[in-house]
Amino acid sequence: MSFAHLVWSNLKRKKLRTLLTVLSVTIAFVLFGLLSSIKQALTGGVSLEGANRLVVQHKVSIIQLLPVSYKARMERIPGVAAATHQTWFGGYYQDRKYFFMQNPVVPEEFLEMHPELILPPEQKQAWLRTRTGAIVGRKTAERFHWKLGDRVPIQTPIWTKSDGSTAWDFDVVGIFDGKEKTDDTMSFFFHYDYFDEGRARGKGEVGWFTIRVKDPAQAAAVAKLVDQEFENSAEETRTEPEGAFLQAWVKQIGNIALMTAAILGAVFFTILLVTGNTMSQAVRERTGELGVLKAIGFTNGRVMALVLAESCVLAALGGVLGLGCACILVPALAKPLSTMLPMFFFPVRDLLAGSGICLALGVVTGVFPALQAMRLRVADALRRM
Amino acid sequence: MAGPINWLSQVASVTKFGLLGIPQRRGSVAAAVIGIAGVVGVLIGVLSMAVGFQRAMRASASADAAIILRSGADSEMVSGFALDETKVISDAPGLARNAQGSMASAELFVIIDLLKRSTGTRANVPLRGVGPAAFGVRDHLKIEKGRAFGWGRNEVIVGVGAAQEFAGLEVGSTLKVGRQEWPVVGTFSAGGGTAESELWTDATVLQEAYHRGTSFQSVYAKLSSPAAFLQFKDSLTSDPRLNVKVLRQAEYYAEQSTVLSTLITTLGYLVASLMAIGAVFGALNTMYSSVSARTREIATLRALGFGAGAVVVSVMLESVALALAGGVLGAGIAYLACNGFHTATVNWQSFSQVTFAFTVTPFLLAQGIVWATIIGLVGGLLPALRAARLPIAAALREL
Repeated sequence: MSFAHLVWSNLKRKKLRTLLTVLSVTIAFVLFGLLSSIKQALTGGVSLEGANRLVVQHKVSIIQLLPVSYKARMERIPGVAAATHQTWFGGYYQDRKYFFMQNPVVPEEFLEMHPELILPPEQKQAWLRTRTGAIVGRKTAERFHWKLGDRVPIQTPIWTKSDGSTAWDFDVVGIFDGKEKTDDTMSFFFHYDYFDEGRARGKGEVGWFTIRVKDPAQAAAVAKLVDQEFENSAEETRTEPEGAFLQAWVKQIGNIALMTAAILGAVFFTILLVTGNTMSQAVRERTGELGVLKAIGFTNGRVMALVLAESCVLAALGGVLGLGCACILVPALAKPLSTMLPMFFFPVRDLLAGSGICLALGVVTGVFPALQAMRLRVADALRRM
Repeated sequence: MAGPINWLSQVASVTKFGLLGIPQRRGSVAAAVIGIAGVVGVLIGVLSMAVGFQRAMRASASADAAIILRSGADSEMVSGFALDETKVISDAPGLARNAQGSMASAELFVIIDLLKRSTGTRANVPLRGVGPAAFGVRDHLKIEKGRAFGWGRNEVIVGVGAAQEFAGLEVGSTLKVGRQEWPVVGTFSAGGGTAESELWTDATVLQEAYHRGTSFQSVYAKLSSPAAFLQFKDSLTSDPRLNVKVLRQAEYYAEQSTVLSTLITTLGYLVASLMAIGAVFGALNTMYSSVSARTREIATLRALGFGAGAVVVSVMLESVALALAGGVLGAGIAYLACNGFHTATVNWQSFSQVTFAFTVTPFLLAQGIVWATIIGLVGGLLPALRAARLPIAAALREL
């Protein structure tokens, strides 16, 4: 009888118990997948391209605007390759419920600053040509069923036009994708010139600047120089890496990582107990058989390996099933959840982490029963039969 | 009468067997109990967050409180009024009045960046400029430490929630905002409402600091009675000098809190349901092993004339008893760990932080116990049926 066969027959010995244990491990890993995806949806969205970018905002708060003239002053600072700006438009299409970001930008500068946005060249040309033109991310275009050439009215409670109206019309001339799955394809960008000319107040003021530095290693030093440049002026600035800027936004929601970790901790602690209990029951019931195995020449090491292998197979079965279910379930839920959690997907990083946890679970739940089995003395075990 | 009593005593003795056997199966029993405790704990913990957030948002609003915004604005942030408009509003019929005049406070709402203690990153903290009527317009407003800010002076008072969640707001310290310095002169509570997340100062001082001229963003008002709302609202919305929307504060806050509390509640139920399925498997495992450990005893009792029904009921009872133990344990842990846990999150509508405390209500506790009972019933049913169907002769032969 081969080793694998022994493990398998041990698992089959109480089919129902094995099945129930595997199913509880499965549930744990389905939850792991779901919670990882939720965490990703709430905290993700940091682009890999952003490593050489800094964000400059008003020191007091992002709601305070900065003069557009700061751009020229920033570009004179050594180490700054380029600077461009965005402003929070805060509008909505048809219904306030459907949030997406719309920002006026300077198209050429903006596209150059954000190579992670993929826009077909002819759409780019169309955008540069069309003053009322706007480009929109794939997700938002799909949500509202917008096509190229559509004219869309966006209402904003913040920016009243000179004629007193709050509805701005835009022509959708481009639909962009992201290079990575985590790149934002929800947003909507349009011409700053059209915006600045149209708005009733705040002319010449913008929300924040994005700077590209020449050398990412010098980013911190450049950030300091930028803040020094505007120190003691009416509008002081705060400059930080794009990643930190975005993280600060995410952390406004709260400590999401801690909360998902707390829930997952509760889940895995339970599963550890359930599986561990199954394993120790299995070993206890089989004391006699293990004694026989030893009597016919199985070494202590092999007996221990036998028990460990059994717990690892249990964990692996549950883990593969659970992570597999999560891989199917998460994309299926992404659609209905897209209004609340647009970036909902199961990251590969967490899939790998899950596999690791699965292995650890197998080892941890098996180790005590395995040691117990190893230390078993043949005479004692046989006497108990 | 002998029938039911006899039956009950049968149930009692089989149940007693099961419960007395628990110490021998403590591993498997503990696994099931803790599994159920986990479900109940997570359910109550997550839902207490939603309840706490809603409480904070709604505690602010009594039935006779109204808020006036510019028409089209969905939060104070994007609303705006000129001084003469706020004067028209404070003369409207239906407002409560006291010796100082009508109970309407024209306010200014800005945001400043402060460090959040829990994450060490900055957060949008609301800084509100209020009018003299503000303290009367809101119920339960009370200075806790220090004193109120002086009118016309660059001083702030800090809500107790904000003082706890954000760094640098101790009474006696000085807050630096841009190039302005604001001494913190006191803290205040507001019956658990959103004002506790805010910093307050005199609106006219804030207008000057922010170059807002004489403009305001909202008017908070107290009505002479809840029923006066319609009269008040009609007079403002029909006034040609104004372009406003008038809301009961309760409606306003409900609108602002719905999205987040729906999200948290949905996620809470989703996670707890999945965990519950896992817990059912655990309970099934435990009860099957409980039944199989007692095969002989049950068969003997059946041979002595105990009914199958009594066996089913007693196995179910055992399962429910374990589940209830798990439920109580989970509810207790959730209560101890979560109730009163202070935190802050962002309210995207107002673009600013709201501090709140997780709140475990009796209703949530009861809900947790109900879940535990259901898990116990489901997890006990199949093993109970198996126990009842045991072929008596075969089981006895195993002896």
